[in-house]
Amino acid sequence: MSRVGLVVVSHSAALAAGVVEVAAQMAPDVTVVAAGGTADGGVGTDFDTVTSAIEQADDGAGVVLLYDLGSARMVAEMAMELADNARLADAPLVEGTVAAAVSAQGGADVVEVTHAAEDAAGMPGSTAPNGSEPDAAPKGGVVGAVDVSGSMSLAAAPAEVAVTLTNEIGLHARPAALVARAMTGLDAAVTVHFGDLTADGRSVLALMGLGARGGDQVRVSATGPQAGEALRTFQDLAARNFDE
Amino acid sequence: MGCTAEDLVTAIRAVAATVAEHRVELIQLDRAIGDGDHGENLDRGFKAVLAAFEQSTPDSPSAVLKTVATTLISKVGGAAGPLYGTAFLRASAAVKDRAELGPADVTEALTAALGGVVARGKAELGDKTMVDALDPAVKAASGDTVAEVLAAAADAASEGADATVPLVARKGRASYLGERSAGHMDPGARSTSLLLRAFAEVAAQ
Repeated sequence: MSRVGLVVVSHSAALAAGVVEVAAQMAPDVTVVAAGGTADGGVGTDFDTVTSAIEQADDGAGVVLLYDLGSARMVAEMAMELADNARLADAPLVEGTVAAAVSAQGGADVVEVTHAAEDAAGMPGSTAPNGSEPDAAPKGGVVGAVDVSGSMSLAAAPAEVAVTLTNEIGLHARPAALVARAMTGLDAAVTVHFGDLTADGRSVLALMGLGARGGDQVRVSATGPQAGEALRTFQDLAARNFDE
Repeated sequence: MGCTAEDLVTAIRAVAATVAEHRVELIQLDRAIGDGDHGENLDRGFKAVLAAFEQSTPDSPSAVLKTVATTLISKVGGAAGPLYGTAFLRASAAVKDRAELGPADVTEALTAALGGVVARGKAELGDKTMVDALDPAVKAASGDTVAEVLAAAADAASEGADATVPLVARKGRASYLGERSAGHMDPGARSTSLLLRAFAEVAAQ
């Protein structure tokens, strides 16, 4: 299956390579290409470097470009004029690239991948800082709905499971990416709750933002046609210690 | 008689010669209201374009324009590289897959070039930029032959460039000078009119 590729446009070759390194760990099957620095190894952006990076990243499903500073955006825009199916994401470079990579790994198209990157701007997703949303509505709402769903009469009511994390780092980097990827492929809206915080199950950054560690218990709720499968998938991943 | 890839290469060579000839004039215009590198940058850019033609000869008008575009973007610093680069890039896309350019194709290419410059630079008519030469050129670009279209465009661009003298710059580095930018011709508008004149002269031969 061909996936959307990513190009990281940066003024620095080292910065671009570092962002690619982080993203590659989260999304092993996505082509993420670094396009940083000038042709002679200096600080700046180079049109030819970006142009060939786009070609390299395009596997037929299109390319999403991320950039660090203003003039990198202009170079990216010009390079995109030569490409068949390329989009620019206005997103923070590291968070945006990671979110885009996970989304692309899950098989999203260029528009969805761009949105995933841009949603990372308001990171971490729906997660509220501790205490800023006392007795947040989602929590009460979910619990109430579960009581109803016990009768199996309402298809739209969220199903919910409690899962204890037994791996050491909990829902951090790789495990969070693993969950987000698995959820992206399912037709279900998945929310992970930890304390007062909630996170979209498809958002690696929001999941990481929960700060759930080994030994912590999270609640996972899901709605949609594949809600049950989503919950089972989460439970399976946790039972396998997220393949850590 | 259409304009082939070979004709277009000849025209670009003439453009490069014109830019080299007017290098000092453009530097002086830019020194008055900008940072003085416009003549130098354009000259270096078009010399690099000639070198690119030596490496490989593009086989369609669109490919010629694309070579010019990518070379200018890579080699020309400041705003001129991206702006002229985008102009040539859009012109290239506008005439894709055409073996020869007729008068309507030339008008289409010029229109696309203007669209690219406006999209990239966000300048409007009267901002004292190359748009002030290119916009009237596009409006005037019509005729029964390529030579007529380009002659009309070049004349209008020249008038447009002259008309930038009293303007106060609202875009680019010259805008930092405010009122003091009035009284000088915009170097970008001047170079645009020079380019179109070179195209027109080759087409007339």
